[in-house]
Amino acid sequence: MEIYLDNSATTKVYPEVAQFMTKVMCEDYGNPSSMHTKGLEAEKYIKDSKDIFSRILKCEPKNIYFTSGGTESDNLAIIGSAQAYKRRGKHLITTKIEHPAVLNSFKYLEGEGFEVTYLPVNELGVVSPEDLKAALCDDTILVSVMHTNNEIGSLMPIEEIGKVIKEKNPEIVFHVDAVQGFGKAQIVPKKMGIDLLSVSSHKIHGPKGMGVLYVGDKVRLLPISYGGGQQGGLRSGTENVPGIAGMGLAAKKIYENLAADTDRMYALKEKLIKGALEFGNVKANGVSGDLSDLRQTAPHIVSLSFEGIRAEVLLHALEDKGIYVSAGSACSTHKPEPSATLKAIGLEKELLDCTLRFSMSELTDEDEIKQTLKALEEILPFLRRFVRK
Amino acid sequence: MKKELFTDFLIKYAEIGIKGRNRFMFEDALVGRIRSALENVDGTFRVYKTPGRIFVSAESEFEFDEVVDALSHVFGIVGICPVVKIEKDTPESLYAAVVSYMKEMYGEKLCAKGETGEKSVRILQEKGFTASTSEDILADANFGKVKWQEALPSIDRKKEDTTSFKIFARRESRNFPLDSMELNIEVGEAVLNAFTGLKVDVHHPEMIIYVEIRDKIYLYSEILPGPGGMPVGTGGHAMLLLSGGIDSPVAGYMMAKRGVTIDAVYFHAPPYTSERALQKVVDLAKIISKYTGPINMHVINFTDIQLAIYEKCPHDELTIIMRRYMMRIAEHLAEKAGALALVTGESVGQVASQTLASLVCTNEVCNLPVIRPLICFDKQDIVEISEKIGTYETSILPFEDCCTIFVAKHPVTKPLRHVIEKHEHNLDEVIEGLLEKAYETDRVIEIR
Repeated sequence: MEIYLDNSATTKVYPEVAQFMTKVMCEDYGNPSSMHTKGLEAEKYIKDSKDIFSRILKCEPKNIYFTSGGTESDNLAIIGSAQAYKRRGKHLITTKIEHPAVLNSFKYLEGEGFEVTYLPVNELGVVSPEDLKAALCDDTILVSVMHTNNEIGSLMPIEEIGKVIKEKNPEIVFHVDAVQGFGKAQIVPKKMGIDLLSVSSHKIHGPKGMGVLYVGDKVRLLPISYGGGQQGGLRSGTENVPGIAGMGLAAKKIYENLAADTDRMYALKEKLIKGALEFGNVKANGVSGDLSDLRQTAPHIVSLSFEGIRAEVLLHALEDKGIYVSAGSACSTHKPEPSATLKAIGLEKELLDCTLRFSMSELTDEDEIKQTLKALEEILPFLRRFVRK
Repeated sequence: MKKELFTDFLIKYAEIGIKGRNRFMFEDALVGRIRSALENVDGTFRVYKTPGRIFVSAESEFEFDEVVDALSHVFGIVGICPVVKIEKDTPESLYAAVVSYMKEMYGEKLCAKGETGEKSVRILQEKGFTASTSEDILADANFGKVKWQEALPSIDRKKEDTTSFKIFARRESRNFPLDSMELNIEVGEAVLNAFTGLKVDVHHPEMIIYVEIRDKIYLYSEILPGPGGMPVGTGGHAMLLLSGGIDSPVAGYMMAKRGVTIDAVYFHAPPYTSERALQKVVDLAKIISKYTGPINMHVINFTDIQLAIYEKCPHDELTIIMRRYMMRIAEHLAEKAGALALVTGESVGQVASQTLASLVCTNEVCNLPVIRPLICFDKQDIVEISEKIGTYETSILPFEDCCTIFVAKHPVTKPLRHVIEKHEHNLDEVIEGLLEKAYETDRVIEIR
């Protein structure tokens, strides 16, 4: 039995995507920049993929740039725009709960002489537009706020934030890291005031090593790598055609039944949280106690703190039963420091080390959640017998 | 050093040399260990022994540094000498070969007589000449503006500019006209005649040129250090209690250095320790196996025993009682594998379970000797060795190998044997079954 509940770390590639990519790799292997037919064939896959993304994001194909993943998209968006607009101002704004790909890009810019404001979040992990409004100043050139928090699944009021920014100064660039949000929610950059949007392929059942950066019409970016001038010189390097094709297909599939899929995931999320809370001494993070605001959180991420149980131990005990989850955010478990997000929402110190993330995808079914609850029911009392004295 | 000169290596070994009639066993073991160390190196090599020496001879293209690195992991070797092998002919051809060897090896440092030499040219260039050969210098417009003697110190060297040397000849096979003493004198003279700026010093030479007359003639002058110790396989067989920490891999390394073959046991406690922690221990074993040779690593599931101790024994004695069971299990595995001793990375006083009183308590549960190579080492000394052998970086990776739940905040530091024994009786009802179950989980990973 395998129950994979670590979909926010990465997802299983759709079989159709893998097949499609194999075909592109083995048959249509041309370099899109080549002048012969082989090149033309390859270029067509890029066009098709751009079409898919532009339809989903309701923009033009020319707004779509392909990168090596969420991290590169975030770096290019943040560093590229800060460098392009530095003559206009030196002030940047982000939040305390961003992914390291964003936070460390800002850390780099601080070293380059920029000033960065890190906005706090409330106990549900949501940033407030009022705080942002207060932080904006004449010198501000860039605001970066994530769409969905990767650890507790809180959703940021992106549309409101976009409005606040553009009211202050339409020239301020608004970047959104939508690595966890894309494929789980409808995102329309133009309507939401978003200038730059990062997407990752392997969180939507696409291949690893692929990502998208949406770049709005009026936004200027300086490249962060240099080469043969592909993709308008913004992102040089021969395009990863099979990756681009596979990611396009994955994106198309994940948006096919978005509403029904998210409805089902919300139901599963509710079931998992309610079931876990019944065991006692369990706390659900990022949602209010009565779950009335469930729909204001991401459908697929559940963060639970199990009082008195080391997260790592529970993780391995679940693993023993074929259930795969993660402790904190998988991307940073190599560093044994407590999570910045959990600290930012003011989680009690004793619970920082006791928090697991269960993340679903639209492939998760009810039986898997039932099994998970059953496993927890068995494991929790056993582990609670053995605590450090 | 001109690495491309060499196709052969002479292997020096010290301690084996003083063994008596079973010396051949040690030599054969060393030859065997050298052969298996060279299996991972590109190229084909012949390893053979002659009286008092072992030679490695490359029979194909090879990478000098790769061979030296492989050899420097073989215990028993004290020196690795890259040698030039020449055919036995007249004494005159030998002199010529030594001179040409020295030119190749030390041309930078020495000046052959009758030539300006590269060094002189360099000095001349520093003084404003643009020429690069002696002919050009004579034709150079600047010639005459500087004193010739100043420019060429190698012709008129001051005393301290000279390099001292000696010839160290050994005639192992008698079918050569000159004996060792005569060789020293004659070869030395040929060298003195060939170079300027050299003098003989038989007591404290800066450079020793070794000439060994055997079936062929072997020349060498550089001795690269080997790891020392004894060839693995000559010192019996021991069972190492291996954890993911800094100490136990070093203890295994030190034991193997004395010629002891190592097997290892790791106590795995899922879900309290992760698969990554196990992988880390496998990685560590892999690193020391470069020295120790293949290791059979036993992985024992220790969780149930740990939980039983937790529930039935006083918390502050947890670690001691746990270690007693680890020793018992290790001894059981050692006896089954034919190992003659247990090896641990303990060092007196490093932690509560390693005070002398604690060691007495953990020691008494087994009959096999428990060897603790690091017993009097400071942590810093152990760290230095682990850095040298390349285990440190892996040892400090953060995957825990012992869950903190089982570590008391204030463990006993002076446990009393009878008290510990009394509390251990709390386990009487279950422990036999749990031990049997633990033995059944024994999984052997072959590390090579």
